[in-house]
This record gives sequence, C-alpha cells and structure tokens, in this order.
Amino acid sequence: MTDFLGVVTTRHAYALFVLLSAIGLYMMIANENLVKKIIGLNMFQTGVFLFFVTSAYRIGGAAPIVTEGGGPYVSPLPQVIVLTAIVVGISLTAVGLALTIRLYSEYGTLRADALREVIGDE
Amino acid sequence: MSDALLPLLIAIPLLAAVFPLLLGLRFDSAGWPVAMATSLLVAALAVRFTWAVSPASSGPQRLVHDLAGYPAPYGIELVGDGLSAILVLLISVVAVAVLIYARTTGPDSNAFYSGFLLLTGGLLGMALTGDLFNLFVFLEIVGLVSYALIASSDDGRAAYGALKYLFLGTTGASLYLIGVGYAFVATGTLNMRDMASELAALGYGDPLVQAAFGFILVGFMLKIAIFPLHTWQPDAYTYAPDTVSAFISALVSTTAAYALIRIAYDVFTVDFFAANPLITDAVLLVASVSIVVGSLLALLQTELKRIFAYSSVAQFGMILAAIGLQSETALFGAVIHLVGHGLMKATLFMGAGVLSSAYGAQTVADYAGLAKRAPITSGMMAVAGLALVGIPPSVGTLGKWFIALGAVEAGSWGVAAVIFISTLLTLTYIGRLLEALYFTQPATDDDTGVAGDTGDATDDGSIVADGGADSSTAAGLDDVVPVATERVVVVVVLALSTVALFGAAGLFAELLDPVFGRFFQ
Repeated sequence: MTDFLGVVTTRHAYALFVLLSAIGLYMMIANENLVKKIIGLNMFQTGVFLFFVTSAYRIGGAAPIVTEGGGPYVSPLPQVIVLTAIVVGISLTAVGLALTIRLYSEYGTLRADALREVIGDE
Repeated sequence: MSDALLPLLIAIPLLAAVFPLLLGLRFDSAGWPVAMATSLLVAALAVRFTWAVSPASSGPQRLVHDLAGYPAPYGIELVGDGLSAILVLLISVVAVAVLIYARTTGPDSNAFYSGFLLLTGGLLGMALTGDLFNLFVFLEIVGLVSYALIASSDDGRAAYGALKYLFLGTTGASLYLIGVGYAFVATGTLNMRDMASELAALGYGDPLVQAAFGFILVGFMLKIAIFPLHTWQPDAYTYAPDTVSAFISALVSTTAAYALIRIAYDVFTVDFFAANPLITDAVLLVASVSIVVGSLLALLQTELKRIFAYSSVAQFGMILAAIGLQSETALFGAVIHLVGHGLMKATLFMGAGVLSSAYGAQTVADYAGLAKRAPITSGMMAVAGLALVGIPPSVGTLGKWFIALGAVEAGSWGVAAVIFISTLLTLTYIGRLLEALYFTQPATDDDTGVAGDTGDATDDGSIVADGGADSSTAAGLDDVVPVATERVVVVVVLALSTVALFGAAGLFAELLDPVFGRFFQ
C-alpha cells in the first residue's frame, strides 16, 4: 500500500502521461468527427511532451543557467526536445486541419463514417 | 574535408525548396528547372560521397560530421557509411527519374516542386543522421511533406487518403518518440554510437530498454506499413497523383525501413535480439503474417495501384523478417531488396501512370490487350513485375535469395517457407497483370491483330511509340492521349536497372562489408 502511495505522490506525472496519451489515442480512434480526431492526436502528443518534461525534472532544480556555486539544475535537453516536438505538432495540426477543410468543402461532412460511405473505403 | 558532403547533401535540397515558391512570384514555371538543377547537384554529391566511403578510395570508410562544431555526445552528429551511401544513391537517382517523369505530367505547380525538394532533403536527412531525436525531426519532415504531396491531386479522395496517413503516420512518429524518450531516460544520451555503448553497459534485459525498443519498433512498423498497421498505404498510394505515388512508394517506406535497420543493429545491436528471444520471435511472426496477408490482399484487388500498394506490405514484411533473423546474409539481402523494391515499384507506378494517362487504364480489366497498343511500357512493367516475383536475372532475385538463404542459415524454416509461398502469390497477381496485358482481347476492341501473338505486337512496337496517336491502331482507340516520350524512357531505364543490378551483388558487398563487420562483431 505504501508502495502504491509512493508511486502516486512522486510519480503522478508519469501516470498522467499514460492517461493523457491513452485518452488522446482513444479519442482519435473512436470519435468519428475529424476535428475531434485531430484534438485527440494533439492530446496524445501532449502526453508525450509531458513525459519528456517530467523526465528532466529535479526536486529543487534551477533553470540550467550555470552560475558559480549554483545547482542542481534541471536537464535542458528534454525541454529543447519538447520545444522542437511542439513545433512539429503545430505543423501537423495545421496540415490536418487544412485537409479537413478541403474534405468538408468537397463532401460537406466532417464525419469519418460518412466520408467512408461516400468514398467507398474498404 | 569530405565530411562537409554530409551537411551539404541535406542542406542543399532543403534550402533550394524555397526557390520554386519564391521565383514562382515572377515566373510561372520556375519549379521544374530549380528542382532538376538541385537534384542533379545532389546526385553528383551522392556519387562523390559513395566514392568517399567505398573501400576503393583511400579515405576513411565512415564519414562523421559534428553539426556546428559541437563534439559528438552533446551536439548532433551526421554519419555516413556504406549503408547510408546506398540509400543516398537510391534517393538521388529516383529523385532525378521522378523529376524527368514529372516534367509534362506535373502536378504542375511550384508548390509541388518545393514539396518535392523538402521531401528529398528529409529523406537524405534520415539516411545520414547519427542522432535519434534528429531522426524524429526528419521523419516528421518527410511525413508532413508526404501528406501534402498526396493531397495535391484534384481528387477529393486524395485528401481523405492523406488525412488517414496523417493520423497513422503521426501516431507512428509519436510512438517512436516515446521509445526514444525511454531510451534517453535509460542512458542519458541521444547520440546513436554513444547510446549503443551505454545500452551495452546497462544490459539488454532491462525492462526500460525492452520497452524502448518495443515503442520504436511499432512506430516504424506504422511508418513502413507492416500488416496490420498498413491501412493508410493503399488509399495514399492509389489516390495520390501518379508522380507522387512513384516517388513515395519508392522511397518513404524504404528510408523508414533503413532507419529501423540502423537503430536495430547500430544502436540496440544484434546482442539485444539474442538477449530477448521473445521480441525476436514477435518480429518474425509479425513479418511472416505481413508477407502472407499482404500478398493475399494484393491478389484480391482489381485496381493496379492498389495491387502494388498491398504488394509493398508483403515486400516490407520480408525486410522486417530479415531484421529479425539476426543473420548477416539476410540483412545483406534486406538492403538489396530495399533498393530493388524501390526501383521496381517506381517502374511499376510510373508505367501504370503512363498507361492511365494514355488509355485511362486503372484496373486489371482495363489492361486487356494493352501490350499491343503500348508494347514498350507494357514490356517494361512486365520486366519489373517479374523482377518483383524474383525471376532471375533481376535485383528482386538477389534480395529474396539472400533473405531466404539467411533464413535457412539461421534455421528459421518457417520464414523460408513463407518467403517461398509469397513468391508464388506474387507470381499469381503479377501473372494476372501479364495475362491481361498479353493474352486477353480488349472488350471494346473489334478485330485488330491475332490473339495472343505477342511476338508480332512487340515488333510493331518499335515503330509505334507508346501512346503516340498512331493511325494504324484505328477506330475505337481514338480516346488515346499522347504521352511525352521521356516518361516512357524513364520507365525503360528504371526497368532495365532492376535487371542490371542482378550483377551488382559484389558492389553491394563491397560497400556493406565494413558496416556489417561492425554490426556482427
């Protein structure tokens, strides 16, 4: 029991990462609305970002600007990774939404099941 | 000095991608010349780079470049060896071929050529990077541009295929990123070489390391389109413009498979597979299922581009099997098959594009009797198709032979049997295509020529240029649209290259020996 409590109190960010990613992934798969699918995709990616930021965290860590006698510092590398990944994620969202708009103007629907019916997807 | 080649190979196409759009403000058709000049320059650099890492030259067989001068474990490293040289050569050659093909067919917009150059740069980046996170960035550049290029068709279904690809492709890349994150937490480094030694010190039985590999593997399986994660591929390949289908089918999954080989053998190394028989068995099982189901699904299709798309699922299953076999012979076959499959699929998709724009042929039924009307293109598609089956002499034979040989050497008789079965299935669906082309009378055709007499048809062929509005083929065929000669020439050259590479096993071995020497110490 104490083990469980320990995990919850100190590792809750990791649990949140799993939860966010799983909800996002489920939303992307199960929701038929294309815009909500994109929101789900974003949530999934946000979960991954949370994992990276958490992995860099240190109790009492300062921003990694090295001063004499300073420290301990948090690791800057995962944060840089997340910055890059956020940029990638935004571009993907933009392309995804652009494609959604095009599908809407062409078929007049945002629902994936209706689209499948129109297109005759196997 | 020659290590400056590595950043140049990536930076030139990425920077040049700006110019088609920029010059497009002044000139309507600036895109093609810019793209062509850049691709030729990249091809020249690729040859120079291959020469630099080949054992024939005196230089080091492994080029390393620290970006911005930051030394290895901290900065990003670009690494070029024999394995990446083969990929870089393939990318640059296919890029030039696709551009020649695209001159008249388009998609005729400057945005397309910008996307084309971005895609080339991204693929070259994937082939040359020595850093796991940098690989993710290039993977996403390639992904983003692919989605945009696939959607560049006027067909609304292309946008649907592209969006589907976007969801699955992004999920794949994110799973890869999670895997990299786990490996980073375990080792504290992102540099491939550095991580390899850290992982070895950590031990391959560590659950974190196993999970990292699992995520990376599944992420790449989505990108490579291994059954059951292949569902984006048929739609994307079918609805994309012909030029884009040829380019993407030849290179995008291929480069992702290369990256998986690189990570599996250069970072996790063969010892990881040996220490985790369960993971190895899972890889072999998934690969075998992908080979069989991909071939069966290809057999069920009627649309040409869909057949080729499902056939890719099977062929990449074979490459994944070779990765799981931990055999030097099989991996050698996998690299040859990567190159061979790229060239064969480029030929087949381009040939299908020629026939579809000349005769509107999309399905196997539409291909009935086309060999008489378009003997050159049909002949070359037959050559590439037979190469895909693995009929000698062709590069397809070499790849399959070495993978099967590796399977037998490793004692995996199941995999060897699966490869044999898939060859028969490939023969079946390519056979349907050949039957339609050569031995079926077109339904609308009245009484031109003698049934089944292919010899005669081919003789006429040298006179009747493909798709040329030839008067002797007369009534009923007046819906023929003339096709530019260079498109046919590209198909011929690529098809012949798949035959010519049959003799190139020695060259492959020369380039790969030092790399595999490191993989299988």
